[in-house]
Amino acid sequence: MKKEKILDNEYLEMDLLLEGIYRKYGFDFREYSGVHLKRRLSHRLSVSGLKSFTQILHRVIYDEEFFKLVLLDLSINVTEMYRDPAFYLTLREKVVPYLSTYPFIKVWHAGCSAGQEVYSDAILLEEEGLLGRTQIYATDFNERILKEAGEGIYPIENIKAYTENYQKAGGKASFADYYSANYDSAIIKPALREHILFSFHNLVTDGVFGEMNMIFCRNVMIYFNKELQNRVLKLFHESLVPGGFLCLGSKESLKFSEVEDRFEIVSAAQKIYRKKR
Amino acid sequence: MKKIRAVVIGTSAGGLNALSRIIPELDKDFPAPLILVQHMSPDGSNYTVSLLDRQSELTVKEADEKEIPKAGTIYVAPPNYHLLVERDGTLELSVDPRINYSRPSIDVLFETAAEAWGEELLGIVLTGANSDGSKGAEKILAMGGRVLVQAPETADAAAMPEAAIKRCKKAEVIPLEEIALWLNINCKKRNI
Ligand SMILES: C[S@@+](CC[C@H](N)C(=O)[O-])C[C@H]1O[C@@H](n2cnc3c(N)ncnc32)[C@H](O)[C@@H]1O
Repeated sequence: MKKEKILDNEYLEMDLLLEGIYRKYGFDFREYSGVHLKRRLSHRLSVSGLKSFTQILHRVIYDEEFFKLVLLDLSINVTEMYRDPAFYLTLREKVVPYLSTYPFIKVWHAGCSAGQEVYSDAILLEEEGLLGRTQIYATDFNERILKEAGEGIYPIENIKAYTENYQKAGGKASFADYYSANYDSAIIKPALREHILFSFHNLVTDGVFGEMNMIFCRNVMIYFNKELQNRVLKLFHESLVPGGFLCLGSKESLKFSEVEDRFEIVSAAQKIYRKKR
Repeated sequence: MKKIRAVVIGTSAGGLNALSRIIPELDKDFPAPLILVQHMSPDGSNYTVSLLDRQSELTVKEADEKEIPKAGTIYVAPPNYHLLVERDGTLELSVDPRINYSRPSIDVLFETAAEAWGEELLGIVLTGANSDGSKGAEKILAMGGRVLVQAPETADAAAMPEAAIKRCKKAEVIPLEEIALWLNINCKKRNI
């Protein structure tokens, strides 16, 4: 068979698999980037010894545990504390002065993964004297990773890199103040967690999270196609108060989106935007 | 031979040097996009982009998410992101885990580009001190595309070209100083 035809068939099988996952479990990946999905699913194919996406579909329908594995494959949980330190520096300089004028601050981390980004933000707010009047909502569509996020326990070998990032991000104290070491793990200080609520939310299928002063959604929409990106950006626009801030990943932007003109740019380099009043 | 619709390039140690001998030498009206992965430190700024852009008449830029590659432009993977090609030729970025300690990974670019452009793709493996790219080059050949490898004796680091040659018997091996000319001639050709 011609190689083009083989590829067409693989993509057809993949579409059917995504349709099956959606109909059976309600997780909608139909508007994620195709090449990305194909790589992740091919990985599952090779480790599970199955031969085609259609065989994966069959397993997924009859075996929920197997589906959970596929879900893990499809939700890339790669994250770290103070990823892109320069972003946090800019946050301190350009956003904190506004937040400081609010009596109460609501922040949403959408696609929070195992929580590193949320705790980075919480520490920053603490150092700026704002955490006491802040409520952080941290959401993800992967239950297992959410549980890890709530525990805030990370491998000790990551701490060195996190500490360096923290310093580059303008940290004002010693990073060691924020965790306690225990054998091979570092446990985030419980006081930080008191201001964070972790919960399930699927950006594709769930609705508005109201009245936010700031939303982080970094390195999540990069996996979506243009239409889905647009829909989720509208969801964020609706979820923000006028003057609220939207923070995207360093290679994401509002450019060419339908909401571009409803935001002003706070930092083009760090992808920080502000909802127009 | 099929017309070459896109060129993907992978390199690591010594890459900037090799690229400076190729990119500035390309014709002004070079008829295909060139997409490049060079290994570098994750928090490094993309020095390759600014230097090559200054040296060349062609535009050299960091690849943006969902960008549609244009002929005569060189797209460089940003530090700390994988660069992938969607089946319709659109560029995608991802923060998936490192592969063999690398993000961006040459294999990821080559394998996805092979599915997008098939017989009309040319892959080039340049100097480098590891074996990234050889798996991807094999895929390019399997999909009917062509692979060029910098002759190891002309490479600052021979490991990467050598690994590609070992894995891809059909790869064409040519010295660094001839690569630009080869591209100028062969990318202009129509279907034969
Ligand atoms: C690459 S991580 C980014 C984590 C963190 N924001 C950062 O930048 O370090 C992407 C996260 O988005 C989550 N995610 C993907 N699709 C989602 C969706 N439709 N709804 C909610 N979360 C989603 C994944 O489970 C994963 O934890």
